[in-house]
Amino acid sequence: MRQHKLALCKEHYLEWVPEQTERFIKKYEMFTHEEKILVAVSGGKDSLALWDILHRLGYQADGLYLGLGIDEGINYSHESQRLTEKFSDEHNLKLHVVDIEKEYGQPIPILAEVSHRGYGKPCAVCGLAKRHEMNRIARDLGYDVLATGHNLDDEAAVLFGNTLSWSSEYLLRQGPVLPASDGLARKVKPLCRFYEREMTAYSLARGIEYIYEECPFAEGSQSIYYKELLNQLETKRPGAKLTFYLRFLEARKRGDLFIEKNIERAHLHSCPKCGQPTSTEDLCSFCRMIEKTQNTVITQ
Amino acid sequence: MIQSYRYRDLLSRHEMVECFEEGVTLVKLILREKEYEVKPGMTLLSALQKINIVPESVIATREGEMILDDEILKDGDMVKLIAVISGGSCHCEEWRNAPLLAMTGGYYEM
Repeated sequence: MRQHKLALCKEHYLEWVPEQTERFIKKYEMFTHEEKILVAVSGGKDSLALWDILHRLGYQADGLYLGLGIDEGINYSHESQRLTEKFSDEHNLKLHVVDIEKEYGQPIPILAEVSHRGYGKPCAVCGLAKRHEMNRIARDLGYDVLATGHNLDDEAAVLFGNTLSWSSEYLLRQGPVLPASDGLARKVKPLCRFYEREMTAYSLARGIEYIYEECPFAEGSQSIYYKELLNQLETKRPGAKLTFYLRFLEARKRGDLFIEKNIERAHLHSCPKCGQPTSTEDLCSFCRMIEKTQNTVITQ
Repeated sequence: MIQSYRYRDLLSRHEMVECFEEGVTLVKLILREKEYEVKPGMTLLSALQKINIVPESVIATREGEMILDDEILKDGDMVKLIAVISGGSCHCEEWRNAPLLAMTGGYYEM
């Protein structure tokens, strides 16, 4: 892991990931062992890995799977549900399953078509439905916190997109924890500092069977494009994604984003040699440099 | 059925003949349903760069075990590349533009 300047064998890697997750849970005050956690699981590597990690750390974590009714010839929803249920059975974990078609009469693609939302893709309706249902189940069943498997690559891609468009409203809300408010459960992202590659490695090393196929509607999505761009950057500059995200969180916490700082103007005086304004005590930086090079020439 | 796309441009005719004459078996890298072939003896990182795959976007396994970027690929190796980028519906860009839920009073999150 060049980004951490760390190399671990499989055995220690499988210890390191939960240790780091616990560290992030405490650092960002996500939840405690006394609280009931609802994990949004999709059958993908991140959500199943998160559920696995929380279980290993001894948290009270139940799963919630939303059946979106996405087929598109590859039985996507059916397969993802099968893998989620297999995981919960193997680990003896409680899983709630909500089928959107059973609850609301139509699967997501049809709801999107009928409601004319999303410009031919159901993603807007899918996101809306998931947020609504995740909160409804968390609220109705008395869960204290809702956890999602968003990883660093997800966060960095969203941050990148929000920065490109300077979406200040979203930027000010993005982070590892979204506090609870009236009728809304606290939402947390315990994996937000793990690279997607690290979570894939964790899932493979743990033998977690997850759905490899992407959502058929994800093709051509902007988030994937941004992830690819950021991966190219990361290849050249290991640690770039993590720095990008962490420095953003620090700046947001300090209140540095979108606020004009009251910068105290430095006291300026004229350079005794060239007369140009300078904040340094004696010669300006340029004159000092010239003097240094001239002295070096004389010495030679 | 896996369809094989042999990227012959990556290996010149001369190189392929050379491999054949030396009795060397090419290294196969498989990503989803695409197959790539490279000469043995290079690192995984070099092989990925040669076939224009960003190393950060995949995890490589050989005989079921993960291998690192500095692993030297040997004669006849078959390397499976697992794409790590996920783009399921919950990650799609479009959800960001969905209108705020009236009941949330402005609460909007990923």
